[in-house]
Amino acid sequence: MSTQPGTQPDNEVLVVRTVRVPIPPERAFELFTARMTEFWPSEHSIGSSAIAEVVVEPSAGGRWFERGVDGSECDWGQVAHWNPPGELVLLWQLGADWTFDPTLRTEVEVDFTTDGAGGTLVELRHRHLERYGEQAETLRGIFDSPGGWRGILAQFVERAGQVGD
Amino acid sequence: MPASAASVLDALGDATRRTILERLLAGPTAVGVLADQLPISRPAVSQHLRVLKEAELVVESVAGTRHLYRINPAGFEVVRGYFGRFWAATLTNFAALAEAEAARPHPEQQET
Repeated sequence: MSTQPGTQPDNEVLVVRTVRVPIPPERAFELFTARMTEFWPSEHSIGSSAIAEVVVEPSAGGRWFERGVDGSECDWGQVAHWNPPGELVLLWQLGADWTFDPTLRTEVEVDFTTDGAGGTLVELRHRHLERYGEQAETLRGIFDSPGGWRGILAQFVERAGQVGD
Repeated sequence: MPASAASVLDALGDATRRTILERLLAGPTAVGVLADQLPISRPAVSQHLRVLKEAELVVESVAGTRHLYRINPAGFEVVRGYFGRFWAATLTNFAALAEAEAARPHPEQQET
């Protein structure tokens, strides 16, 4: 894992996380998109029931959503760029209290680059987080939900020592 | 030194302070203007602003005799910290899955 400075000259706020995996980019891209259910932190569900499946539809303009065990579907965002095996951009349209907000458009850009030894460097940028501050409604969502932001943040504060930063 | 998560949580745990932050999203604002807009006294507004300043969610600047308060972009460190930890955990899970996957041959790569 590595971190880069979070503010760009144009005041973009972003986070960057990288990880190396021992499979080539083609397989890493497929694993990341087709089997997201298997690595998504299961407590991060916005639906009324537990997550049965996290779905990334495999084309630009496709939906990104969760399907609950009761069959209900909740949108998370959409696929902005679908360029296997190198690049995936998902629009993350969830407030930090995990409600879908179609007016919020943050970007999760994932680049898959060969490491030259059969593995892949996965570089994830969650971009334009400053957009959380542009809309009072969204900010209210972040701050206000008693079971949302405060609860989730408190959990992450607790776990900070375990997962690193 | 960055504000602690606890001080940020405390600062945001008050409805009036959240309202003040929302007002400040519109742009830098003087204490007196905030007091006019809210059903609380000017000293009370100042007190809330002090808590928000200590949590580094707002910054103060002086323009002539007026003290203006504005949202502190660095306050978004909390948002960055949140997503940074979220993605760190998610990618750690992903790497574990990929390692398990690497241990078994891919159908397309199997030799017959």
